[in-house]
Amino acid sequence: MAKRIDVSGLSAYYGSHKAIDDISMTVEPRSVTAFIGPSGCGKSTFLRTLNRMHEVTPGGRVEGKVLLDGDDLYASGIDPVNVRRTVGMVFQRPNPFPTMSIFDNVAAGLRLNGSYKKSELNEIVEKSLKGANLWNEVKDRLNKPGSGLSGGQQQRLCIARAIAVEPQVLLMDEPCSALDPISTLAIEDLIGELKERFTIVIVTHNMQQAARVSDRTAFFNLAAVGQPGKLIEIDETERIFSNPSVQATEDYISGRFG
Amino acid sequence: MSTTAPTAQAVTPDTLHAARLPRWTSPLVAIGSAAAAVGIGLAAGLHSRVQWGLIAAVLFVIASYVLATAVEGRRQAKDRFATSMIWVTFLLAVIPLASLIWETVERGSKVFSPYFLSHSMGVVADQDPGGGINHAIIGTLQQVALASLIAVPIGLLTAIYLVEYGRGKLAKAVTFFVDVMTGIPSIVAGLFVLSFWILILGFDFSGWAGAMALSILMMPVVVRSTEEMLKLVPNELREASLALGVPKWRTILKVVLPTAIGGITTGVMLAVARIAGETAPVLLLVWVNPFINTNPFDGAQGSLPLYIYQQYAAGSEASYDRAWAAALALIGFIMILNLVARGIARWKAPKTGR
Amino acid sequence: MDIATQTETAPPPPPPATTEQQRASRGATRPGDRIFLGLSRGSGIVLLVIMAAIAAFLTYRAALALSDNTGNFLTTFEWDANAIPPKFGIAVLAFGTVVSSIIALVIAVPVAVGIALFISHYAPRKLAVPIAYVIDLLAAVPSIVYGLWGALVVAPNLTGFYSWLDTVLGWTGIFEYQGGAPRSLMTVGILLAIMILPIITNVSREVFLQAPKMHEEAALALGATRWEVIRMSVLPFGRSGIISASMLGLGRALGETIAVATVLSPTFLISASLLDPGGGTFAQNIASKFNEASEYGRDALIASGLVLFLITLLVNGAARMIIARRKEYSGANA
Repeated sequence: MAKRIDVSGLSAYYGSHKAIDDISMTVEPRSVTAFIGPSGCGKSTFLRTLNRMHEVTPGGRVEGKVLLDGDDLYASGIDPVNVRRTVGMVFQRPNPFPTMSIFDNVAAGLRLNGSYKKSELNEIVEKSLKGANLWNEVKDRLNKPGSGLSGGQQQRLCIARAIAVEPQVLLMDEPCSALDPISTLAIEDLIGELKERFTIVIVTHNMQQAARVSDRTAFFNLAAVGQPGKLIEIDETERIFSNPSVQATEDYISGRFG
Repeated sequence: MSTTAPTAQAVTPDTLHAARLPRWTSPLVAIGSAAAAVGIGLAAGLHSRVQWGLIAAVLFVIASYVLATAVEGRRQAKDRFATSMIWVTFLLAVIPLASLIWETVERGSKVFSPYFLSHSMGVVADQDPGGGINHAIIGTLQQVALASLIAVPIGLLTAIYLVEYGRGKLAKAVTFFVDVMTGIPSIVAGLFVLSFWILILGFDFSGWAGAMALSILMMPVVVRSTEEMLKLVPNELREASLALGVPKWRTILKVVLPTAIGGITTGVMLAVARIAGETAPVLLLVWVNPFINTNPFDGAQGSLPLYIYQQYAAGSEASYDRAWAAALALIGFIMILNLVARGIARWKAPKTGR
Repeated sequence: MDIATQTETAPPPPPPATTEQQRASRGATRPGDRIFLGLSRGSGIVLLVIMAAIAAFLTYRAALALSDNTGNFLTTFEWDANAIPPKFGIAVLAFGTVVSSIIALVIAVPVAVGIALFISHYAPRKLAVPIAYVIDLLAAVPSIVYGLWGALVVAPNLTGFYSWLDTVLGWTGIFEYQGGAPRSLMTVGILLAIMILPIITNVSREVFLQAPKMHEEAALALGATRWEVIRMSVLPFGRSGIISASMLGLGRALGETIAVATVLSPTFLISASLLDPGGGTFAQNIASKFNEASEYGRDALIASGLVLFLITLLVNGAARMIIARRKEYSGANA
């Protein structure tokens, strides 16, 4: 199921402003890759180029290549709608659809594509909620609105919604930044389980989190405010946190700036 | 796992590609359906261009949908259908505006001249050409000015009350009734002034009576727009001034109002533009006077919107021409007010840092 | 929350107490502050008094008229208010007002929602601003000009369309068309639709623009097309906004006077066909009958105006309630 991502020479713009410059990297399948770096270094922007969400922002455009198992997401003839189905995303703030029930939230992506029998839907929703470690907490109130859940539960509901359509890759944009420590722990455990099935990319500003959950870590930085962000290095998480090859990474990790 | 089969299949790399209609399809379909509509219109002998347009729009929507279903699939076709419907609604809104302005300018320019602006109707008979709108312009300007004199201070102060002081039940009630007042039909405002000023107090029809009704229509508009503008003034400014020991009322007069003055002026001018075109209350309260009457407190006056109504009702070629010309003058006046108001808004916009 | 608990603990708050409170909490003890507060609060009270006075005076004059009415005010199909004894009823007017307004809503709401979506989600940014401006211009055109244009430009162009409607839908009885000048309730409804388009568009647009980006992104990230994004996240969010916008538009349509008076050729009859000339509305009837009305006839017109006032009050009040509830709701969630 999971796929490998090869990025080469990727730059992203907001209007005339260049947000990230010439990034190349490889994301291994069935692993967790964490993006760290100071605010404004473009790590979230880069994440959003991986499922063509960046171009949704007014003025947003992208140059370069993103290969998903060899298929360029930005080649002509590629449908961004299909890309986003294949590459799922979880956002910084939990965003379940407020007018939908818990069940409908999880089923939302499925209903977009084709019709399912009620029993099939039930099965997939249950499987997805179990996959998101939420089933036991919500199985008795599937028809209640999703907005009634706690922040951590809402975020897991969003994860269930994202994995219900069986994506190849799961992008997570600071998924725990709006959550309390206990909910954060629950999500981190979940990430550890999900990487068995999906390629996961997570943006985080919490270095301990990156160290805990990820297999590989990429460090982004920018030369100055207003300058585009760049990829400084990407390596095994252990190496990045113990013995990085670039001085700036070490400075950032040891808390000397950022 | 038969249940996941469709999803698993749906995410094979092939589906990243999707057959898309090329970009030039939409313009081409648009041109094609326009041409087809003209053909149908000519063949069926339909005179109205509006019908041609409607046929073209329907053809365009259908053709886009069918093409998209064939090439791109059902979901994309739905998306295209929605997009083309939304474009059609937009065109539907532009057509009446364009037609209205075009007709007014074309038919109105026939008798529109300096003579028309500088002369009153006097004794010109309805079916004869000649005459002008000078009396109506004077009447409208005076009525609108008087209405503004009443409505602007009350509206401003009410808005200040709501934003700077308003807490509790009274403010809630005022807010609610200002909103409700926005929806009062103009004829009802006219009937109100009619009942108490003319029927009960026994005064005569006059420009002043009309102005009172107009001020009722103007007040809520002034309150609303001023309120919005005052809310835009950042609280830091107020606090900075209060912290310097400036009393609250001076803070409002010297800091808050000057900051918001551009927006408030715009709001007042838009309110003026709105009441300048009101016919119904004027019809009930100002009556009609074909001669120039420069005293709004004494006797019937002319009024521009009422003049249009009257000339239309007279029903002769000459009076229709005059009605269109007066409409041109009225629209011109209102559009200029609008443009100037917007210009002020842009020029004096408070810098909110966004 | 504060206000709510305050009012609950002290159900009948005496006005001086509130003044004291405010003075204490806001330090308005200087004469300048007191005068300014008095003036601004006084203005607010003036507004309330005007609203009360409108209701009171109209009711008083209406009562005078109704006491002498020999017909049934609600069911009589005549308007002989100048006759002695007077006989008048609002049945025809109520029918015409409601029917023309409903036609206007049926046409205007879908178009307005479409334009609002066009401005908020479809148009490129460079187009959105001028289009919003065009809509504002549409709102700025005075109703008398709409009336003139409706009567001399639109109506003559509708004969073809009405004949076509007659051939296709004439069997229903509602769309029967005998020919002749199309100065019918249908034409009025079409014109009213154009006139209420701006207000519905503008209120809906505001609501659509407020639709949370994060829900739109959630839908996009699931692989939704643009239309699906709108259906999943924008329309559910904006539903109450569309309802209240439509009711504001309805309020306008119900009370529109001069455009209707210009376009309609009124008769005091209820016709099953919407395309036949005739019928009337409250506001149009007042404007058309006013010139020849005796003093008594004027009171009768005021009585019908009072009904119109109450109807618009209800419609607008309901619309504002919906908007206010929505604000609280979204405020609590933010």
